[in-house]
Amino acid sequence: MTENMHSLREDVMAKRGTWLMRHHIDLPLLLGLLMTLLLSLFVLYSASGQHPEMLWRQIVRTSLAFLVMITVAQFNPRFIAKTAIYLYILSLILLVMVELFGDISKGAQRWLNLGFMRIQPSELFKVVMPLTIAAFLSKDNLPPKNSNVIIAFILILIPVGLILKQPDLGTAVLIAVSGFIAIFIAGLSLWYLVAGALAAAAALPLMWNYVLHDYQKQRVLTLIDPESDPLGAGYHIIQSKIAIGSGGLYGKGWLQGSQSQLDFLPEPHTDFIFAVLAEETGLIGFLILLGVYTYLISRCVFITFQARSNFERILSAAYTFTFVFYIFVNIGMVSGILPVVGVPLPMISYGGTSMITLSICFGIIMSVHTHKKTLTFR
Amino acid sequence: MFFKQKRPRERLLFNKKEKRRPSRQSQVLRVKNVELENSIFKNRMFCAIFVSILMAGVLFANLYYLQIVSYDDYTTRSNENRIRVLPVIPQRGIIYDRNHVVLAENRPVFHLVLFPTKGLDTRASIESLNELLDLGLEEAEIKNLIYLSKTRQRFSGVEVSDLLSEEQIATFSVNRHRFPNVQISANLNRFYPFSDIMTHALGYVSRINEDDVQRLTKEGKIDNYEGTLAIGKLGIERYYEDILHGTTGSREVEVDSHGRVIRTLNFNPPKPGLDITLSIDIRLQYYAQELLGNMRGAIVALEPATGEILAFYSNPSYDPNLFVRGIRSNEYKLLLNNPGRPLINRVTQGGYSPASTIKPLLAVMGLNEGLITTTSTYYGAPAFMLPGSTHRFRDWRSWGHGWLDVYRAIELSADTYFYDLAHRAGIDTIHDYLDRYGFGRGTGIDIKEESLGLNPSRQWKQSRYKDSWHMGDTVPIGIGQGYWTTTLLQLIKAHATLANYGRQITPHLLQEVTDPSQNNEQVMTFNDVIEARLQGDIDNLRNHLHEKNTQLASLGPTHFIEEEESEEENLTPLDESNAIEGTIELHHEDESAVTGEIALDPSFYRDELNVQSDAPLTAEDAKGADVNDENVAKLENDTPSESQASEVKVIHRHPLAQGPDSEIMDVNDPSYWDVARAGMYLVVNGPEGTGRRAFYGAKYKAAGKSGTAQVVSIRQGEKYNAKALKVEHRDNALFVAFAPFKYPRILVAIILENEGGGSAKAAPIARKLLDKYLLELYPNGYMGESVPVTQKFGLGGTVDVQ
Repeated sequence: MTENMHSLREDVMAKRGTWLMRHHIDLPLLLGLLMTLLLSLFVLYSASGQHPEMLWRQIVRTSLAFLVMITVAQFNPRFIAKTAIYLYILSLILLVMVELFGDISKGAQRWLNLGFMRIQPSELFKVVMPLTIAAFLSKDNLPPKNSNVIIAFILILIPVGLILKQPDLGTAVLIAVSGFIAIFIAGLSLWYLVAGALAAAAALPLMWNYVLHDYQKQRVLTLIDPESDPLGAGYHIIQSKIAIGSGGLYGKGWLQGSQSQLDFLPEPHTDFIFAVLAEETGLIGFLILLGVYTYLISRCVFITFQARSNFERILSAAYTFTFVFYIFVNIGMVSGILPVVGVPLPMISYGGTSMITLSICFGIIMSVHTHKKTLTFR
Repeated sequence: MFFKQKRPRERLLFNKKEKRRPSRQSQVLRVKNVELENSIFKNRMFCAIFVSILMAGVLFANLYYLQIVSYDDYTTRSNENRIRVLPVIPQRGIIYDRNHVVLAENRPVFHLVLFPTKGLDTRASIESLNELLDLGLEEAEIKNLIYLSKTRQRFSGVEVSDLLSEEQIATFSVNRHRFPNVQISANLNRFYPFSDIMTHALGYVSRINEDDVQRLTKEGKIDNYEGTLAIGKLGIERYYEDILHGTTGSREVEVDSHGRVIRTLNFNPPKPGLDITLSIDIRLQYYAQELLGNMRGAIVALEPATGEILAFYSNPSYDPNLFVRGIRSNEYKLLLNNPGRPLINRVTQGGYSPASTIKPLLAVMGLNEGLITTTSTYYGAPAFMLPGSTHRFRDWRSWGHGWLDVYRAIELSADTYFYDLAHRAGIDTIHDYLDRYGFGRGTGIDIKEESLGLNPSRQWKQSRYKDSWHMGDTVPIGIGQGYWTTTLLQLIKAHATLANYGRQITPHLLQEVTDPSQNNEQVMTFNDVIEARLQGDIDNLRNHLHEKNTQLASLGPTHFIEEEESEEENLTPLDESNAIEGTIELHHEDESAVTGEIALDPSFYRDELNVQSDAPLTAEDAKGADVNDENVAKLENDTPSESQASEVKVIHRHPLAQGPDSEIMDVNDPSYWDVARAGMYLVVNGPEGTGRRAFYGAKYKAAGKSGTAQVVSIRQGEKYNAKALKVEHRDNALFVAFAPFKYPRILVAIILENEGGGSAKAAPIARKLLDKYLLELYPNGYMGESVPVTQKFGLGGTVDVQ
């Protein structure tokens, strides 16, 4: 009886999943992403100063990103694993090219003009870094050997060093973290973690004196005491905190945020879009956003647990938790507990690059889930 | 902690070396490895999920702190960001002349204001504006603007131009989109259409400077000047600043981060300043300027009955509009270095020897002191010598005048007669009388730029020169020379006493204050303002008077009386019992003047304070309530003598003298005023009068007195020769005249610096002014008695007075 029921359910689910699965699309993940898209459009309309054109462009970009995601989802994870090393080398070459011929904008050399399009190779590493680490570490048995861990760290440090030189501390940290998450999932001993934390603490003064640029130091100092320079470096953080704080529980209402609508927020439609949301919809809005993200992440975590090979597990987990980390960094920065680094709110902020990057990641996660020889639901 | 909880799985977290080294060959071990891999993976996933939840918790806690705990604080700050209270500057009161000709008005001026914004290049904006609008900004000025834009408070813009032409406004409007952070703002600037004609009386407004800010802060008025750019610096503009300025309103606006106004949330309109009507007749004023031409000097004319000043001109003058705009240093240097010294107000600040013009005033003193009588005679020799001295005090006429009585002495301006009079009176008596005439004291005029002149006394000389007063010092005082200096205004005030048969007036420029928002109804007269100043609060009095006026119209007199009582209490601060009597009495007089129609029984006010003395008050008594602090101080000094005389003190009022007792300068016999006036009548109309040529053929009967003041002393035995002297050492010409004789409508005083004789130079100008006023400007007024009255005088002389 029970077995019958069980097999019946399996049948139904197999049928429902069949079409989408065959096209390597994970419906729950897609639905989650659509929800974030709706939320994004809702906030963006207000943040852009009720700019329908900007809304339209965001829709086009998102569509493009979904297309990319579904395309990526068609590749078999094994194939992706094989291409990892080539992608890594290619990205590294591009990064070096940036160093040599890159365009300079806002004091940093980040863009590479390829003639037909401008790309940001550092952005590529957001995809490539976990991929490389996952591919490298999953070749051997897990947990990884010490030598492999060291090699993995070297693999991380090469691009991170180059990106730091651009200089782009924010991206460098994100990429380093995404790589590190991959190593961590692979089974890095927690002793290394403790040692690493101690080393980082020791390196902090050195970093402060030799690595960090003045504007970066300023950002950190501003974080500690934004009121010390209310019209200068602290201006962004103060205005953003005022926006969030004055939102209260229910917010000032859609399109009613004075901080957002009267230009007090810096870049309200990109990095600081969360402040717009928090001002106009309050704590409730934040909880809704958190809910949508939780759903999305839960699905990703589920997929990760479902994954069979070490490569798939590491890769899927790394993308998932890097995504979590992005969210934390962005909201933390906007609400004044982390320094201002240029990280957009994933899937919500206006802007194509970040969205495409994330879509590739989600595409890979989908690929992980849908490329299984046998469909097992337990 | 985390590790300890996971103790059973510790093995997985801190995997031992041998286990992390899988043997590639062993199939068994490999199977074991898959298990291990799975458990490590799960473990790591749970770690990561735990950290994720932790991060979400941190974010939520932070958001909760910001949005729930600190909500009020951030709401306030958000509103502070968004809402700005902008001051709305009240329109400054307009100043009119007595015929409602505008003397000072407000004109719209357009400014170009740049709000420095992040992301927009300030320098580029300024430079392209400079090019576009042809502003003519130099590199240094641009640098200064950029400096200002960096240092100024956020939201307060930088003025790129403060005077845009219509054309520039149009050009800018077309190109507006190129300059999102630049705005045109309109201001009202003061404008004086009569340029240099009214300067010394009217003064000007100019940018508020650091001193003004400090003064306003001290006076607690600084809040009312929020946003106000200009403040009265001189003359009427300065004296009546509190009346003219009005009350600043406010506008609550929503602004964006660039300081641009999005919308108005709340508007609290300003109260415009009150309009002022001056007693000046601009036509007479203009004529005065014309008459003075290139001569250095001053003319002041007033209505003797009221003290209202008709003309008030000091030559050379300057354009006050320069100061409104902000005078440039080279322009200011030019004014400072001008040999004519235009910045000096020659009416109230020039200290001159009054010369012979004061002889009639001293004649009154002589008569009152019994030193001379109307019939006493004196032989006018070519010179006067003090007993036992060979120093010759020469008469202006080298051969003397022969026998003189007081009339002829004034008519001829006989110096020796007044040398003798001064000598016999002595400096103490002279000082006392000059003080009563108001020399050496403020006249009470409503401008602040006034010097006090010098009424010489023994103490003064002792403290100034460390030398005692010599007899020889007294003698030249008799002809208005020596240590004595006076301003033209003091001189005319003293002569007004004469023209008014002993009644003293306060010369003033203000005729009335009107409220433009209340159908221009008269709010205050000069006296009201003075009273308000005494109470220290113009604004309250304005409201108070306004209420009273309306109440009077509707209610019976009983209410009025009740109100009187309350005001009585207000005035008690002058705590001397004498002074209280004085104030109450004066107050009564003033009130009846204000209300005009209701005569109140003075006995109504008799309370226990002044039961003791029912006697009429003396002039000195009442003076205590006058404006100046000096007077109050003087009153205190005078109290002993006052109490002696307080039993019986009768004011000797001339039948023609108007006004309350407090204004009467008391002499033993009011006919002394007739004597002095008759002397002045003869100066103009007598056969030997020094002003007879100038007033030949006048259609009215005037009275006057010439004066020729030596600027440098001429050595004994030498002759005055104008051509031999430097220009600045030549004589000053003075003339004082009033007309018509019996009830004078106008009194003029003229001084011409270094121009020579008073009768030759100044008298014709006085004649022209009187002609202008009486015959041309107001030809239908009183022109003198229609039937001449023959008046006998002295030793049998007669004169037909008209």
